[in-house]
Amino acid sequence: MSLNAWGASLGAVVAAEGDSHFPPKVADFWQPLVTFGHVGNTTIALTRPMVVLTLVALVLSVWLVTTTRRAAAVPSKGQWFTEQVYDFVRNNVARDMIGTKDFMRFVPLLFALFTFILLSNLSGVIPGIQMPPMARIGFPIALTLIVYVVYHWIGIKKHGGFGRYLKWMIPPGIPGWLMPLIVPLELLTYFITRPLTLALRLFGNMFAGHMLLVVFIMGGWLLLTSGSIGLALVTIPAWILGFVMTAFEILVQVLQAFVFTLLAASYFGGALADEH
Amino acid sequence: MQLSGLTTAAGLAAAAGAEDPEAAAIPILPNPVELVFGLVVFLIFLAVIAKYVVPNLEKAYAERKAAIEGGMSQAEEAQREAEATKRRYEQQLADARDEAARIREEAREQGASIIAEMRGQAQAEAARITEGAQKQIRAEHAQALTSLRSEVGRLSTDLASRIVGESLHNETRRSGIVDRFLEELEAGRVRPEAVGHGTPTPAAHVGAEGQH
Repeated sequence: MSLNAWGASLGAVVAAEGDSHFPPKVADFWQPLVTFGHVGNTTIALTRPMVVLTLVALVLSVWLVTTTRRAAAVPSKGQWFTEQVYDFVRNNVARDMIGTKDFMRFVPLLFALFTFILLSNLSGVIPGIQMPPMARIGFPIALTLIVYVVYHWIGIKKHGGFGRYLKWMIPPGIPGWLMPLIVPLELLTYFITRPLTLALRLFGNMFAGHMLLVVFIMGGWLLLTSGSIGLALVTIPAWILGFVMTAFEILVQVLQAFVFTLLAASYFGGALADEH
Repeated sequence: MQLSGLTTAAGLAAAAGAEDPEAAAIPILPNPVELVFGLVVFLIFLAVIAKYVVPNLEKAYAERKAAIEGGMSQAEEAQREAEATKRRYEQQLADARDEAARIREEAREQGASIIAEMRGQAQAEAARITEGAQKQIRAEHAQALTSLRSEVGRLSTDLASRIVGESLHNETRRSGIVDRFLEELEAGRVRPEAVGHGTPTPAAHVGAEGQH
């Protein structure tokens, strides 16, 4: 509400100025650095989020490989730090959600997901990068696709064929007259709702969070340079809020990486469960 | 920085916006290039994790576990050993105590026997000394008696000679009066009063000795 009001009033200010790009628009997230061409409505381009994502993968790979290459029983400082994150994913996410019997198979994937999403998200507030790749829906969908394929694949293998996997999805002991209601609901959950929410949750949080930061910080800048002393003074609360929102955004970024990994683990664990 | 980044981006977007259909696309429809690119980057990253990072960490975990368990079993071993040693020492201590008690007992017995032996020896020695002394006393007594007898005889005859006025020495010796008298004295036939006062005790004594 207040945000909208802010946006509207600032929009008015900006509109008066004429040539600014405030408030931020959806199109602002499309940032092609090199455009190769178009295929229909699709643009083939190297975009800024792609570069950020590559950087994330590179930095993480170098850090993780360097700190664990000579992993020893008595850890170095770097190994110790990596182990803290690894322990968290391994024990608090994978083992707790999947169970001690099967969890080790999924630790690499879950650890990769968590670190990858975490650093991607944090790059939304890292000065000089400030672009969360997950605010582009293509990347959350890519990750969700992997989770989706894996949990269906292990489910089919576990329950012996696609037909029995489908049958397992229906909770036992449901009265016949409820079947028409339950069956579509369950199928919807497994095949559509889960992947959709998984991808959209991550995308939405990053997208909205980044927009919020842009509103406060860019807005503050516009107020400051508006030429009016009264408006320039409003910059102070705008940037204070921008700072608070940045802190809040960091929390959201970590939380979303955790939630994505936790849900992926719970889907894997669910697909491996004997009972529905 | 946020500012400059966004301004540039916005500038780009605005510049491209005119002819780029992507800028006008709904934000929840993926750009296929980004999707595939993301997929590839993540899969490469996943491969690195699965091949290099997780195995190394798990190896370190296994080593750590083994080290801790090894340390624990080692500690248990040491404790067991210490207990065994303690038991052994206690056993030895008890043995030593028994031994000491036994030796003390033995010593006491030995001491007692030594004392008894010594006492026996001392008693025998004392008896021997006493006997020797008695023998000597008897011998001396007999000697004294013999010398006394001749002395008494001589003195008696001397006295008698003085009284009678002539030497009776040869005569008495010939007749053996003194001897006879003494024999009678010993036999108890002569009363001490008859000879003179002062001789009853030796007479009785001599008599007793003679019978002895």
